[in-house]
Amino acid sequence: MALEVTQVLLYAQSIDAATRNHAEESLKQIQEQNLPAFLLSLSAELANNNKPIESRKLAGLILKNALDAKELHRKNDLAQRWLSLDLATKTQIKTSLLQTFSSPVSDARSTAAQVIAKVAGIELPHNQWPELIGSLLSNIHQVETHVKQATLETLGYVCEEVDPQVVDQEQVNRILTAVVQGMNATETSSDVRLAATRALYNALGFAQANFTNDMERDYIMRVVCEATQSSDVKIRQAAFECLVAISSTYYEKLAPYMQDIFNITSKAVREDEEPVALQAIEFWSSICDEEIDILDDYRSEYTGDSDVPCFYFIKQALPALVPMLLETLLKQEEDQDQDEGAWNIAMAGGTCLGLVARTVGDEIVPLVMPFIEENISKPDWRGREAATYAFGSILDGPSPGKLAPIVNVALNFMLAALSRDPNNHVKDTTAWTLGRIFEFLHGAAVETSVITQENCQQILTVLLQSMKDVPNVAEKACGALYFLAQGYEDEGSVSPLTPFFQDIFQMLLFVTHREDATESNLRTSAYEALNEVVRCSNDETAPIVMQLIPVIMLELHQTVEAQKLTSDERDKQNDLQGLLCGCLQVIIQKMGSIEGSKYAFMQYADQIMDLLLKVFASRNATVHEEAMLAIGALAYTAGPNFAKYMPQFYQYLEMGLQNFEEYQICAITVGVVGDLCRALEDKILPYCDGIMTQLLKNLSSNQLHRSVKPPIFSCFGDIALAIGENFEKYLVYAMPMLQSAAELSAHAVSQDDEMLEYTNQLRNGILEAYSGILQGFKSSPKTQALVPYAAHVLQFIDTMYGGREMDDAVMKSALGVLGDLADTLGSHVGPLISQSSSSKDLIEECMVYDDPLIRESAEWAKLAINRAVSAFASIPCCVWSGLGSHHQPYQVLTSPSLNDPTNKQQGHLNANIVSAYASCWLSLINIRNKWSGSVISKWSLLIALRHLKVLLFWVVPCFFALFHIGSTGIVVVSLLFVYFV
Amino acid sequence: MAPPPDHRRPIKRAAISDQQRRREVALRLQADRRSDAQNRARQLASSVLSLGPEPATEPEVEPEQEMSEASGQLAGRSDLDPVRAARLRGPEVRKWFARQLLLPEWMVDVPPSLDRDWYVFPRPSGKRCFVVSSNGTTISRLRNGSILHRFPSNLPNGARTKDVSGPASSYSILDCIFHEPDETYYVIDMVCWRGYSLYDCTAEFRFFWLNSKLSETGASDPPSQYHRYRFNVVQIYECNLAGLQASYSGQVPYVKDGLLFFNKHAHYQAGNTPLALVWKDNVCSQYVLDTDSKGQIPSQQQVVLELQNDGNLTTSDDPPVALGSLSRDLIAQSGLRVGNLVRVAIKDERMRLVDGKLDLGELQLVGKTNHSRAFADTYSKVLFQHAARHAPLRIEDLVASIQSNSSMDNSQALDVEMEG
Repeated sequence: MALEVTQVLLYAQSIDAATRNHAEESLKQIQEQNLPAFLLSLSAELANNNKPIESRKLAGLILKNALDAKELHRKNDLAQRWLSLDLATKTQIKTSLLQTFSSPVSDARSTAAQVIAKVAGIELPHNQWPELIGSLLSNIHQVETHVKQATLETLGYVCEEVDPQVVDQEQVNRILTAVVQGMNATETSSDVRLAATRALYNALGFAQANFTNDMERDYIMRVVCEATQSSDVKIRQAAFECLVAISSTYYEKLAPYMQDIFNITSKAVREDEEPVALQAIEFWSSICDEEIDILDDYRSEYTGDSDVPCFYFIKQALPALVPMLLETLLKQEEDQDQDEGAWNIAMAGGTCLGLVARTVGDEIVPLVMPFIEENISKPDWRGREAATYAFGSILDGPSPGKLAPIVNVALNFMLAALSRDPNNHVKDTTAWTLGRIFEFLHGAAVETSVITQENCQQILTVLLQSMKDVPNVAEKACGALYFLAQGYEDEGSVSPLTPFFQDIFQMLLFVTHREDATESNLRTSAYEALNEVVRCSNDETAPIVMQLIPVIMLELHQTVEAQKLTSDERDKQNDLQGLLCGCLQVIIQKMGSIEGSKYAFMQYADQIMDLLLKVFASRNATVHEEAMLAIGALAYTAGPNFAKYMPQFYQYLEMGLQNFEEYQICAITVGVVGDLCRALEDKILPYCDGIMTQLLKNLSSNQLHRSVKPPIFSCFGDIALAIGENFEKYLVYAMPMLQSAAELSAHAVSQDDEMLEYTNQLRNGILEAYSGILQGFKSSPKTQALVPYAAHVLQFIDTMYGGREMDDAVMKSALGVLGDLADTLGSHVGPLISQSSSSKDLIEECMVYDDPLIRESAEWAKLAINRAVSAFASIPCCVWSGLGSHHQPYQVLTSPSLNDPTNKQQGHLNANIVSAYASCWLSLINIRNKWSGSVISKWSLLIALRHLKVLLFWVVPCFFALFHIGSTGIVVVSLLFVYFV
Repeated sequence: MAPPPDHRRPIKRAAISDQQRRREVALRLQADRRSDAQNRARQLASSVLSLGPEPATEPEVEPEQEMSEASGQLAGRSDLDPVRAARLRGPEVRKWFARQLLLPEWMVDVPPSLDRDWYVFPRPSGKRCFVVSSNGTTISRLRNGSILHRFPSNLPNGARTKDVSGPASSYSILDCIFHEPDETYYVIDMVCWRGYSLYDCTAEFRFFWLNSKLSETGASDPPSQYHRYRFNVVQIYECNLAGLQASYSGQVPYVKDGLLFFNKHAHYQAGNTPLALVWKDNVCSQYVLDTDSKGQIPSQQQVVLELQNDGNLTTSDDPPVALGSLSRDLIAQSGLRVGNLVRVAIKDERMRLVDGKLDLGELQLVGKTNHSRAFADTYSKVLFQHAARHAPLRIEDLVASIQSNSSMDNSQALDVEMEG
């Protein structure tokens, strides 16, 4: 029942918009009316060699889009839709796709390969289509070249699409065998060889087992290295891409091959075409990435080791590697500084040199200095630029002690070059290098800054002057000023920038108004520098920053009023609004944090708020985000006074929370709700119904980007902490959400780092919610409402602890929740907590953790639990109070403690519980003074009976008590039993 | 020119945009403020120390305006945290702190299970005080509430130095004895640490905490510019034979003044408690018998008692125990007022223990006590002093008690089984 779709597919590619739209509309209709028939027709179209290639390609593309999407929830929906199609349809579609391989048209084959990979991506994890790989490989040696090429291409796509875990090792072996054979120099078709090389790139992730086998690894490496010598540039490029992928995936296996790889790469860098040379440089950058990570792990305060040992490949290659990279720096292109997306050998070489410097540190300096000295004064600008670029590249990595003497000498030279060099590239790189000097050799973290009170003025003069230069140089000068200012952020009131604030602001505002400010990102850079200077202002300079407020407000006002703009003007307007809102945000934050300027600043609050509300009329996502951030800052600064803006602001807050499409805005708005909670405290109550409703909706939506969900949970905590027991009415909605999310995240199996990170964010959000809610209810008579949830919270923490994948933040939050549970619910959860043995272990483990924040949280948890447990021990003893003879107190102290003398501090919590009954007598005394004269009544007995569980603990001690307390005790104990039974 | 690969940032391009930085800063600030808010919530409720019930009697009225103002402020507030308390002025802050110390009773007979449930340590001789560190300064206050020292220390927030973890306002409170000869604070208990209260924690836990936390701060370091006095932990022993022996006759770096016994399971409790006990004899203390106001040991036992409304003289126990009374004439004659502490002498032969109750017989007024004295004697002190003069509780008694405890264990364990 295939439909005739050829014509529609061709119309859909018509240059006439009306025809195109109409065709697209009918395609959509067919799809909605009968999906299986539609998909069948598409696959048939793709397979049909009599159809025009245009309609075949589009058919394949639509088919592919019917199987996969970028957004996760849509992707899942589509996969589900495919799985629910009837078997016959699916089988027929798959058959058509495989048939397409024999098509002489390469585009059709290639499209079919991609579609097959998508189907495989859906079906293989569900154990469907198990015969796919077998059938692809069954006759790989007999088929025609073009079928072989399509097969290898398909294998590559399948590997890209499918998780390595769903393919068993036997199949992996067959795939790799086919692929590596296809790559072999004996393969005569370069199409096949290219397809195989690209397939290997995707299949590398499957080859874990094969890479641990010396023979197989040697073979793969030999074939890859041979492919780098192919006469076909595409094969050489693809082979180097494989080497790059191997360098990061199998770093620890590389040692035996490094000498060969060095020879291959350095030849390619020097002689081969640019795309190949770039990959050859990328190989070394990638090795640097690996070694930087490993060495970071070595240096890490907490672990001090790494899963993978460092082989110091870069250090060993250094004497040959550095000269090779320095050579590349001289291969600049004329217009590279004007083109923002530019990437060439010189840029890749400098980038790699920078990574090498970070990897080896001081050792690189003597290897680079001769090159700089030789070239820095060359008449050819290439020499001067390359020398400066080399210098700038190695400023991050070597110790300040090693670099400072060189920089001290170079600084004046640089300043002169920036003012006077005739070449823009040289000035561009010089300004950038100055920025790097300020970034790494200046500031509170650097012991002796290369910037002094004396040279600071000269530097500023040159930088400000350069801001009038061509846009790309001016932009770099703004960047340099940014880092210069950043170094003074923690400086207090002695900043040498202080005398120049006025001049700096004036120049930066001038730059933002330059006609050509949109070129080379200049305007953005100027505002960024402005923000940074504001950030480093202090008591003394605050009044100058204050003068900036009306200026920025006026500019923002003008953008809000601007009318009838072309779409290009609208874009620029949006950018500007975003920058101005960002600037306001920084000013608000800064002025709010300086005690002396806060009051003066607040006089502008009404106007600022008014403007920001108008900005929301813009439809631009970035602008909304920036305005929202500024409002969050204002709320924090204004505190409870912000309440007066809430009636007007609330609609935009709600709008932000509803913005699923631009989820960044939604995320920022959720954060602002937190700011509002802390600013308004209980004054946020009137808006909570609306906010909570929206947040709960967001959580249940599968359209909202998942990254927003953890902050929403944290936000529950913020709200609960702000409104306290008023949160009670939301418990029935919020708690089940938290519980099911907790359930999910506790058992989540994290396949990759990204998923693990997300899971931990989610856990952290959930825990922060629990903390906020527990704390909000503290000392409230409604605390009881939380008791039923306690067991689940503990179980959540136990499960996570058992899973061993908590990151530090989660650990800290979990400890906090344990403490909060005990602190808020006290005796109600004492027994529960002490049963949760893993929580106890968690606390003990964290008590000796290196991270002080975690240790502190563990202390809090331990303290709070200790209190809860001893409170729990004393409750039923209220009943006993007064029994002890006033002046013979020790008689009642004859408690045989079950404390095992060997079980010292370590088993504290447990010991406390076990010996809880011992505390019974003690409580007599503890409470004697507090409760003296209290009457033993039936009611107090009833109170005790509420804690039936607890009472079990007391049966033995009760009998003990008989010996010591005498006849009154017998009466009481019998009474207890009457109630107990 | 092809663009760079996705993951490779050209070195000349900025690592992150300022917008991204603003976003990150905003997120970080939000996270910080959230954790600040949570820490505040955690510290607030756990730190409120009880001011205790208002005394039934009016405090001594001193002819100062400040005083009446102060007590006016104090009335109606039963709870006050040390931070707010630290802002109180003059007499009222003294009064507040005067009520916060745990005061051991005197050991007049040996508590059972001494070896299992108690700790023992040699008490340093010196001035008992509360040490509060907060907001960059450390203040020690004597038992009567008056300030002993105000100084910088390595205790958390105890000096204005840069390295502080946690909010500067969070406070720590230690129970100490200031030992003059080596100018050292010997810490005998921990009440609050970095804002978290240990009031409701057992002694076992508090000592564990004290030992592990104090050393982290460098408070035991020798004095320096930002650390005026050294804080030392007293070695605490399990009260078994070895522990008792070590405490009683072992060498310590300070002058001993008796032994202190702490029940492991007892909370920190302001005021008198039988869960902490002091005992001394001539071997381990130079001051077994009380001296009079001139520092001499009087021939007759003297006690300090508080004059009540009805003319009764009471101890400082809660509730107070009346040990005798003064006639109205005598009160009027000597110009005493209700609440005054008076020193009386006991005629030894008249003192009797009847049904466990003390009968002092006729009391002889010696005079008013000096001004700095805050409390009357406790009942247990009167008893102990009496016993010390006649039939002291000896170290041998303590040893015997521990020995008999260990032999009693078996029979008790048997009992449990039978009952179970």
